[in-house]
Amino acid sequence: MTRQTVLHGVVIETSVELGTQELCRACAVREDWLIALVAEGVIEPRGRSPGAWRFSGESLRRARIVRRLQRDLDLNLAGAALALELIEENERLRRRLAGQPVPARGDDNETAHP
Amino acid sequence: MEFKDYYAVMGVARDASQDDIRRAYRKLARRYHPDVSKEPDAESRFKELGEAYEVLKDPEKRAAYDQLGARYRAGEQFRPPPDWDAGFEFSEGTFDRGGFSDFFEELFGRRRPGGHAHGPRAGRAGAGIHAAGEDHHARVAIDLEDAIRGGVKRISLQVPELTADGHVRLRERALDVKIPAGVREGQQIRLAGQGAPGLGQGPAGDLYLEILFRPHPRYRVEDGNLYVDLPVAPWEAALGATITVPTPGGDVGLRVPEGSPAGRRLRLKGRGLPGTPPGDLYVVLQIAMPPVRNDSDRAAWQDLAARLADFKPRSGLGGKP
Repeated sequence: MTRQTVLHGVVIETSVELGTQELCRACAVREDWLIALVAEGVIEPRGRSPGAWRFSGESLRRARIVRRLQRDLDLNLAGAALALELIEENERLRRRLAGQPVPARGDDNETAHP
Repeated sequence: MEFKDYYAVMGVARDASQDDIRRAYRKLARRYHPDVSKEPDAESRFKELGEAYEVLKDPEKRAAYDQLGARYRAGEQFRPPPDWDAGFEFSEGTFDRGGFSDFFEELFGRRRPGGHAHGPRAGRAGAGIHAAGEDHHARVAIDLEDAIRGGVKRISLQVPELTADGHVRLRERALDVKIPAGVREGQQIRLAGQGAPGLGQGPAGDLYLEILFRPHPRYRVEDGNLYVDLPVAPWEAALGATITVPTPGGDVGLRVPEGSPAGRRLRLKGRGLPGTPPGDLYVVLQIAMPPVRNDSDRAAWQDLAARLADFKPRSGLGGKP
């Protein structure tokens, strides 16, 4: 196999953030959709006006999920935003549960005989 | 090529009404949507569902498909008869079809004579049109160790491509990507110019990689913090002890305070994922029960029980002690 160039990317974080146009392009959406998403409180840019907005990588992730939910399940913005929050809550709980011992059959779950 | 039974995929009868088909799609789409579902095959199920719905929701495509379908069963080898679709007219679909099956592509994916190509627009060079290429996205699963130490990771992506005869094919694309040390789950790495090629002289789009962590056998990750379960003997928890704890940066000694209850969390500041500030490592105490193997073991517990007879573990339950 030929060794190819190693690509160095940038982590979209506080040092490198996305502007409104960049985020629109990354999500393949129009600016008015993004403005509605901010108005709904789903993503919270820094900066006062759309021209000055700076978005985190987290905003990109959330915006894309909302976009997919809207497109695939025909949800309106508020519904997709609610679904996103429930999905995230679910993920947090699952992650926490991953560390809990699962009762094995016939072990922790033995029937008690009074 | 195998014949695909779209009715079976959607779980509807062949004479289902358009309303039934729409309802079935909505129900299954909610269940298998990759953002919602945790089923391991959700993504492929959802794709299959989208493909089936793309055909069955459209009365023109459905009628053409039905004409074929009467003669085939799912999984059977299939070759469309020439001019099978003569007399049917298809409108342009809007569904994002990246990666539909060969079966679909054979029937509905071709550049229709006199019509528009159904494939993605990327790479279609229009005379005098210059536009930036689309941004692409992919998810990359890495091990926790990669995130801590950083390093180069080879990732392979499936890229849908329009072939000369108008079919969409998936092409494997391998990239060596630098994973920066301290990257967190859910973070996005942008690789400039690695997205779809631009039109004309337009620049290429970017490729965004979303970082996922593979489950780790020892650590759980929440934001930048790590959690590790640490089993201790009952007497270590009762009397206090200094215990060796594994951390990603190597073993460290940890002082367990006297009288520690099960589930107590002890924080090792800055021993989580690297970063500014670095995350913490939480050690969660678990009290491991030693087995009672013989009379001597039994006597030891009986002695303890006699000495600590006033311990009432269930006093909080409110019933009789």
